[in-house]
Amino acid sequence: MSLSLEEVRRIAALARLRLSPEEEERFAGQLSAILDHVRLLEELDVAAVEPMTHALAGEAPALRADLERPGLSAEVAVAAAPERAGTHFKVPRVLE
Amino acid sequence: MTATSGSELAALSARQAGAQIAAREVSSRELTEAALGRIARLDGRLGAFLAVTADRALAAAREADARAARGGRLSELDGVPLAVKDLFLTRGVPTTAGSRILEGWLPPCDATAVERLEAAGAVLLGKLNLDEFAMGSSTENSAYKPCRNPWDLTRTPGGSSGGSAAAVAARLAHGALGTDTGGSIREPAAFCGVVGVKPTYGRVSRFGVVAFASSLDQVGPLARTVEDAALLLGAVAGHDPRDMTSSARPVGDYLAGLEDGARGLRIGVPREWLGDGLEPGTLAAVRAALEAYQRLGATLVEVSLPHSRYGIAAYYIIAPAEASSNLARYDGVRFGLRAGAGGGLREMYAETRQEGFGPEVKRRIMLGTYALSSGYYDAYYLRAQKVRTLVRRDLDQAFERCDLVAGPVAPGVAFRLGERVEDPLRMYLADVFTITANLAALPALSVPCGRDAATGLPVGLQLVGRPFDEATLLRAARALEREVGTFPAPEVA
Repeated sequence: MSLSLEEVRRIAALARLRLSPEEEERFAGQLSAILDHVRLLEELDVAAVEPMTHALAGEAPALRADLERPGLSAEVAVAAAPERAGTHFKVPRVLE
Repeated sequence: MTATSGSELAALSARQAGAQIAAREVSSRELTEAALGRIARLDGRLGAFLAVTADRALAAAREADARAARGGRLSELDGVPLAVKDLFLTRGVPTTAGSRILEGWLPPCDATAVERLEAAGAVLLGKLNLDEFAMGSSTENSAYKPCRNPWDLTRTPGGSSGGSAAAVAARLAHGALGTDTGGSIREPAAFCGVVGVKPTYGRVSRFGVVAFASSLDQVGPLARTVEDAALLLGAVAGHDPRDMTSSARPVGDYLAGLEDGARGLRIGVPREWLGDGLEPGTLAAVRAALEAYQRLGATLVEVSLPHSRYGIAAYYIIAPAEASSNLARYDGVRFGLRAGAGGGLREMYAETRQEGFGPEVKRRIMLGTYALSSGYYDAYYLRAQKVRTLVRRDLDQAFERCDLVAGPVAPGVAFRLGERVEDPLRMYLADVFTITANLAALPALSVPCGRDAATGLPVGLQLVGRPFDEATLLRAARALEREVGTFPAPEVA
């Protein structure tokens, strides 16, 4: 199977990536090769197979009491922000 | 015998180092200085460390020595110099995940595994090199620098925990932590001639470990000896209320049965794992290890894992799908890099991610986003999860007839830097043997089993066990280690 450049651009937009034209070309080829290999899965009849939706299947879920506990303070939480206003994260304008 | 010179100190296993501290034959400060000295001398060539925390390490060593002096050591690891993959959060110490997008970030907390090592008194020397976000099998995807194999500097140490394996093999640290999503502990351990354990999914807390593929990621040790691996695993394993996927099962004493030998063990040998595609030197070393087990009184049982050949295809849907979701958090808002802030919000997201992520990370985000996108979910992700069930079922059936499964770790020895970077599919295909245990959520390890005749490079044997039966794997690995020995320090030149 072969991914078109248009499809690569559509996926990049969904993934919030801005690819260079060279990257678009390269990924179209490489992703197509990988997806070709993935087609191997089509050999298998999995209609009656349950998906493995949890890697700890069979384990009793480890639940904790639903109690209030200390977390990061607002000051610590914003300490690494690229831009902040007080204890808020500052982002560029959302609505143009 | 007491170690005195720097290289003698560095050559001690973690357990030996701990015992010598306890006997007051050597101090943690001497061990730490010896390790830092070797890092300063050798790591320019190796590239195993992304950050060396010398001052913190020396301060921790002083505290360990004070505890040893007053007879209040915290554990066998108290005062022993170790290091962790730079995927573990360390409070106030830069944590990059090997990515530019986290350059300069100082985490607000420690990973639970790091906390546990420090609570055991271990001295942390620094943060180890890795493939960006643990995506890779060669450590060439590190955004900072490649890491080299201490046995041959033209070759990769494997990946993604390449820095961990190289540092342990080259005696820059007495042990290390890594993470394993598709083989990222076992493959580098095999390539560098050390022991690497990927525990059962849920055995070690992943709190504070940068997430890659959450249904597959697991934390584990890389060590010079099987005994050290058991000691380190025991130190970090166990339930953590901060990780909802961590198991509440009690942790066994991994050192207790370690010397019990291989007699009576039924070792399953998957017929699909010793066929075409293995380098002759790897096949020979693996066969020799299996014969050694027979001499030691184990029984070899032929088993079949018919779905293991589908593992790569299933894995390279599931892991990128989960990664595309996990890596959505790198958006230039709360931490890390921000670019393109002059435009609108969307512009900033796209610019930040374009600038901050390297090619392999982008490739996997693209692949995962595609697999999860509207109209493709059933064909890719759901189908891959069903195949995952089949892979696990194969193992469950094998374990009706054997106690553990043995085979190669990788199809060949450490490959050359640059050899596979332009061909991602070829790089992925080498994960075929390790991926099975991740998909099946089972414990697995790599233990050195000999050298490749043509190159002299280390070869690892992989052992895969029943859920939470790390003890049997370690016991079997130790039996082989007694036969074939451990690798000496490589001459890093």
